[in-house]
Amino acid sequence: MHKKVIFRHRWLPYALLFPQLAITIVFFIWPASQALYQSVLLEDAFGLSSKFVALENFIALFEDPHYLGSFKVTIVFSVAVAFLSMGFSLLLAVMADRVIKGSMAYKTLLIWPYAIAPAVSGVLWFFMFNPTVGINAWLLRQMGYDWNHYLDGGDALLLIIIASAWQQISYNFLFFLAGLQAIPRSLIEAAAIDGASPMKRFWTIIFPLLSPTTFFLLVVNIVYAFFGTFGVVHATTDGGPYGATSILVYKVFNDGFVGLDLGGSAAQSVILMAIVIGLTVVQFRYVERQVEY
Amino acid sequence: MAEVRLNDVQKVYPNGFKAIHGIDIDITDGEFIVLVGPSGCGKSTLLRMIAGLETVSDGEIHIGERMVNQLEPADRDIAMVFQNYALYPHMSCYDNMAYGLRNKGMPKDEIEKRVREAAEILELAQLLDRRPRQLSGGQRQRIAMGRAIVREPSVFLFDEPLSNLDAKLRVQMRVEIRKLQRNLGTTSVYVTHDQVEAMTMADRLVVMNEGVAEQIGTPIEVYERPATMFVAGFIGSPAMNFMDAKVEGEEVVVGGKLHFPMPNGTGALEAGREVSLGIRPEHLDLGGNGDVGLPIKVELVEHLGADTLVYGYLPWDTQNLVTLRMQGSQEFPAGHEITLTVSHDHLHLFDKQSGKRI
Repeated sequence: MHKKVIFRHRWLPYALLFPQLAITIVFFIWPASQALYQSVLLEDAFGLSSKFVALENFIALFEDPHYLGSFKVTIVFSVAVAFLSMGFSLLLAVMADRVIKGSMAYKTLLIWPYAIAPAVSGVLWFFMFNPTVGINAWLLRQMGYDWNHYLDGGDALLLIIIASAWQQISYNFLFFLAGLQAIPRSLIEAAAIDGASPMKRFWTIIFPLLSPTTFFLLVVNIVYAFFGTFGVVHATTDGGPYGATSILVYKVFNDGFVGLDLGGSAAQSVILMAIVIGLTVVQFRYVERQVEY
Repeated sequence: MAEVRLNDVQKVYPNGFKAIHGIDIDITDGEFIVLVGPSGCGKSTLLRMIAGLETVSDGEIHIGERMVNQLEPADRDIAMVFQNYALYPHMSCYDNMAYGLRNKGMPKDEIEKRVREAAEILELAQLLDRRPRQLSGGQRQRIAMGRAIVREPSVFLFDEPLSNLDAKLRVQMRVEIRKLQRNLGTTSVYVTHDQVEAMTMADRLVVMNEGVAEQIGTPIEVYERPATMFVAGFIGSPAMNFMDAKVEGEEVVVGGKLHFPMPNGTGALEAGREVSLGIRPEHLDLGGNGDVGLPIKVELVEHLGADTLVYGYLPWDTQNLVTLRMQGSQEFPAGHEITLTVSHDHLHLFDKQSGKRI
């Protein structure tokens, strides 16, 4: 189906496209090309001059154990965020699917966390886990665990994982609930007559039928964990202690604006850009053309 | 194979709505029972209660020797065919049919044997590797049937299984289901709102209305001696003609003018009793030698090819159309006056208040 619109004036289509094009060029294409340009330059220590160094910034990055460490942290972080948040929201959605009384109130309440800014959610959890005054840290101490995200890299990583996953639960919950409600009731009934226990029904019928939703959410959650969690890190751990929570987006910012290594930071953003493009391709290829049952 | 007995079965929803008002049915082994009625009459609810998908509020359901009220659907030894087939879309047809057997922990070669056998019977052998969405409606229907028969249950339950098929396929599947059921000899309960399906398939019909079984009987019994006005109006197409009438001595008088003799087997009735007189459209005759003549002013004629339906009014009653069904094709101009006769063997008399047959 191809519909061709004929405009009477030559300039009209361009005029109509102009606002969108202007925004794309000014805020996306131009900065991206600047990043590409910067990534092949090296500045001197005083920021007075810069010279062309070809791919040296990239080579330096991949020889830098801190950068490779950040990569590892990011992968652990995003996988953990995606699974924690999706697992939890699937559980909530399955429960909500059965609720009859007060389901509206329940659903509405579950959506609230999504309205909270990442930085605020980070600070919220930061306080709750604060080693001196946080209630969760106190509870953990009662159970014999000495929580301290200022000193312990594992604790710090866990903190930002929890804060980021918590934010995303609402979004995942909505999609899972919609997915569950789209499964015809008679399929579940047929499975019940076929002698499948509720657990078996879930794993052999419901979960496979949710797989398009699950795959979509997996991509969305990974993208979120990669790029949407800067605020959480910045407001809580600042990438520390000793880089334990320095995820890639945070490192771009930190190296560029705190460390003032513009070339290296630009090179990092170019790598991030490549990752975004990769994820987008995955999303378009496999999610948009997902298997329809 | 088993008998199914329903003992004063009732269903009350939490909001107080009473869907089933106490139904007693004894279904003998191997019998094909059809629950028929308009939408919302509770026929599907009753079937789902037998299946165990709805709880039983009161009364008892027995399958074979067991009272099954508290049993899970899986433990009732039943198989159900759903209106939308309810095939598992992510499984091949083979897996769809094998799913229930696997859940029972049946050995693999036994599953294979049963599925192949069922596929043979239903002529599905080439379709077993496909997914349900690659099949036509009729093929999906067969897979759903196959899934039911591999389980070799005591009872088949059918919930309007043909209503999603086109008319031609419906007739074909109707015959096939009936044949299959006869060969297997499995007790079956079949829900439909289609009276043709009900009449042609049933050993016995249960005509339901508003949660009550109005009549239970063989199709011919139900057609020839409908127990209530509802049954008389629901079974038979076009619907039976009803006329308000009064008892006068040995006669039933319509509109003060038409004197009908008492139908066969009716005892003496008190004079002046208000009744409804029912005549099926196919029992009205154009100018035949019936007992009474009805003067009809033609309003509309419908040609069905083999039959012609003529609609008209009695001169004193322009509210209720009288329908005549005659063989062959014949043309009447609107406003034309004809005289219809009826034999008193074919009169049905109902109490006007209770709607019950007299």
